[in-house]
Amino acid sequence: MPAEILRMTGIRKEFAGVVALDDVDFRLFPGEVHALMGENGAGKSTLIKVLTGVHGVDAGTVLFAGEPVSFAGPAAAQRGGVSTVYQEVNLCPNLSVAENILLGREPRRFGRIHWSALRRRAVELLARLEVSLDVSAPLGQQSIAVQQLVAIARALDVDARVLVLDEPTSSLDPGEVERLLGVMRSLRAQGMAILFVSHFIDQVLAIADRMTVLRNGKLVGEYTDITARELVAKMIGKDLPVLEGLRGEVRHGEGTLMQASDLGRKGSVAPFSLEISRGSVLGLAGLLGSGRTELARLLFGADHADSGEVRIDDTPVALRSPRVAVSKGIAFCSENRKTEGLIQDLTVRENIILAMQAARGWTRPLSRRRQDEIVARSIELLDIRPADPEARAGDLSGGNQQKVLLARWLITEPKLLILDEPTRGIDVGAKAEIQRLVAELTADGMAVVFISAELEEVLRVSDKVAVLRDRHVVAQLANDSLTPDDIMATIADGGER
Amino acid sequence: MTTLTVSRKRYLPILATLVMLVGAFGFGSARYDGFADSQVVLNLLIDNAFLLVVAAGMTFVILSGGIDLSVGSVVALSTLVSAKLLGHGWPAPVVILVVLVIGASLGLGMGAVIHFFELQPFVVTLAGMFLARGLCYTISVESISITNPFFTYVAQTPISLPGGTHVSIGVVIALVVVAVGVYVLHYTRFGRTVYAVGGSEQSAMLMGLPVGRTKIQIYAVSGFCSALGGLLLAFYTLSGNPLHAIGMELDAIAAVVIGGTVLTGGSGYLLGTVLGVTVLGVIQTLITFDGTLSSWWTRIVIGALLFLFIVLQRLVTRRTR
Ligand SMILES: Nc1ncnc2c1ncn2[C@@H]1O[C@H](COP(=O)(O)OP(=O)(O)O)[C@@H](O)[C@H]1O
Ligand SMILES: [Mg+2]
Repeated sequence: MPAEILRMTGIRKEFAGVVALDDVDFRLFPGEVHALMGENGAGKSTLIKVLTGVHGVDAGTVLFAGEPVSFAGPAAAQRGGVSTVYQEVNLCPNLSVAENILLGREPRRFGRIHWSALRRRAVELLARLEVSLDVSAPLGQQSIAVQQLVAIARALDVDARVLVLDEPTSSLDPGEVERLLGVMRSLRAQGMAILFVSHFIDQVLAIADRMTVLRNGKLVGEYTDITARELVAKMIGKDLPVLEGLRGEVRHGEGTLMQASDLGRKGSVAPFSLEISRGSVLGLAGLLGSGRTELARLLFGADHADSGEVRIDDTPVALRSPRVAVSKGIAFCSENRKTEGLIQDLTVRENIILAMQAARGWTRPLSRRRQDEIVARSIELLDIRPADPEARAGDLSGGNQQKVLLARWLITEPKLLILDEPTRGIDVGAKAEIQRLVAELTADGMAVVFISAELEEVLRVSDKVAVLRDRHVVAQLANDSLTPDDIMATIADGGER
Repeated sequence: MTTLTVSRKRYLPILATLVMLVGAFGFGSARYDGFADSQVVLNLLIDNAFLLVVAAGMTFVILSGGIDLSVGSVVALSTLVSAKLLGHGWPAPVVILVVLVIGASLGLGMGAVIHFFELQPFVVTLAGMFLARGLCYTISVESISITNPFFTYVAQTPISLPGGTHVSIGVVIALVVVAVGVYVLHYTRFGRTVYAVGGSEQSAMLMGLPVGRTKIQIYAVSGFCSALGGLLLAFYTLSGNPLHAIGMELDAIAAVVIGGTVLTGGSGYLLGTVLGVTVLGVIQTLITFDGTLSSWWTRIVIGALLFLFIVLQRLVTRRTR
């Protein structure tokens, strides 16, 4: 085996009292894919940020190619040979796709940026991921999946010896994931050392040569040969919670809550009709870009329908704005929790209280004691960690941010809760908790619309599944003994069977 | 197809400015004799060359998501330092150099404070504004006239153009600044980093771009442009005066915004700023030609235009979401 390219020893990192990493060791060899595993908040992203100099260390050493290093920041790490895709897509939406890939190392001629070479190079790099698009369009126009691919293409361009990918696949569809894994394999064959973080256990098992598991900021161990079940057990520190058998019978609900007839919006979703019943879950399945989020936004009044009508409790309602929807008891947890949901700089408490306060009107403030009570209850109910109402929301791990967002809407006691990708980018443990929560909420009579890219998950929680394809609702299936394959087939032949 | 409409939308604010410029100009020439005279147009440049240079520097700052309130004071300080040193018999080239170095250093200092102490540009440059204006009064409380032969030569030598028209040397300098600025913003790594920082500072940092250095440089550029603008004003008025350029930072910001640059940063063009300055100039000229309106009407019209543009920008950015 070649000498290690990277060795981190005894790493410790504290954030204002929260110990994010405690005496963690990690090593990486050239020509291997090494997966860093752990639940949300285990410290994976922090370890990566410590390595690349985004955060300083409180204790411990980093050896890179045998030399002690301490990168001053991402720029220095990049120059030193560590190329990183950070967890949340971190690019500039106002710049073109090509620039986002190459900014900082643009091809230049006579000291000036060589624009046509830059575009050509960007096209080539994207072609490695089998993506083709207009690279001079602004990045902000692209879907989150494309943005993620762009971030990866950027990292691939560097002459790096270490490639760090922090959950690069969270918004990719299976085909895109496969292509990324292919690129990783070929880089590995060329001797690149790859640090890979993913919540998709099968992806990890498919590609990783070695795995390091973290739990609560501590090192659990390094493994080369391990089954999925063992791995999950190591990650959550107990045996796999029963993910299976969450649902019993198909519930037909307790009467229709909301009825959409011929609801549609040009360029967004073709007219569709749906019924949402109290005490049941409607799943939305479909590939990325099939119109799942767009459909949800229509139901929430975030976009205006240009055809059809919505009836709630059999009375027609004009969903002119989210405000109207909220007043009718509809809540919407957006897929883009970073930009559309949480306010990163406010505390957990302030974030949770936000929607409730808005619903009451700003002239009737909630007393601090009442706030504390509500927030304490939410933190306990959803097991938000750290259990500190005054923690800054932006400092929480992805799964915990998602829970804060959920808490915000749950305390308004909605009649209909729309969850758009509530489990994206969070770990199995938190996923199971959210799924269980959905089941509990519907048992109490709430109606839920559940959107997820993972078909298994949609099937696990839903009573009825609406399948979307190319912005059309192509089928609505009762979920008794449906399998992911059934749904795939429905998507494939557009429901005409 | 979609990308076409999208990229067209990016130019919409600039197009709107252009349409307005043509409209205002057409209105002026239909209404007043001699308005469309080419020398009138060139006078507009001559009278606003210094504003153009200052607004060019401001464009860098606003593109990066910052603001620089100190520019007016730095302009005044530059006129005074020039007048004072020339009065002491310093040679003109040395004075020019000193003034430019002072301006750039002031900007550099403010940029460094903004970056290293993670402070709001608004507050830091507000402090810079008071500081520079205060310094003016330590040099002189009243106007000092400039009699240096080089300065008078620059002030009084017209550059003839075909058709019997002329521009000042200041206009040439301003156009060179704009050309260099466009080149830097579009063709250099520094320029693109300015846009990246304006788009998202956090992302730019994680992309490994030199965010801190770039921010400091941006304020140095703005300081340099203010000092150069000050020199042009000194050429233009042949005096240094602590009361020069009061409120000019706001004119510069208005020109940048009317030129289509978004105040939150990341989107806009320097050529838009040229249009913005020209729009302000045309409004002034219209009001001068009218002769019955008080000059405060300029302010009122600029205010209305600003509202219009901010709303327009909001509409455009909302559509492209
Ligand atoms: N910038 C920060 N400030 C304060 N706490 C932080 C910060 N970044 C991460 N944390 C905390 O450190 C812990 C580890 O987080 P993280 O590394 O993001 O987890 P993972 O990537 O494994 O999901 C969490 O408890 C999180 O709240
Ligand atoms: Mg993470």
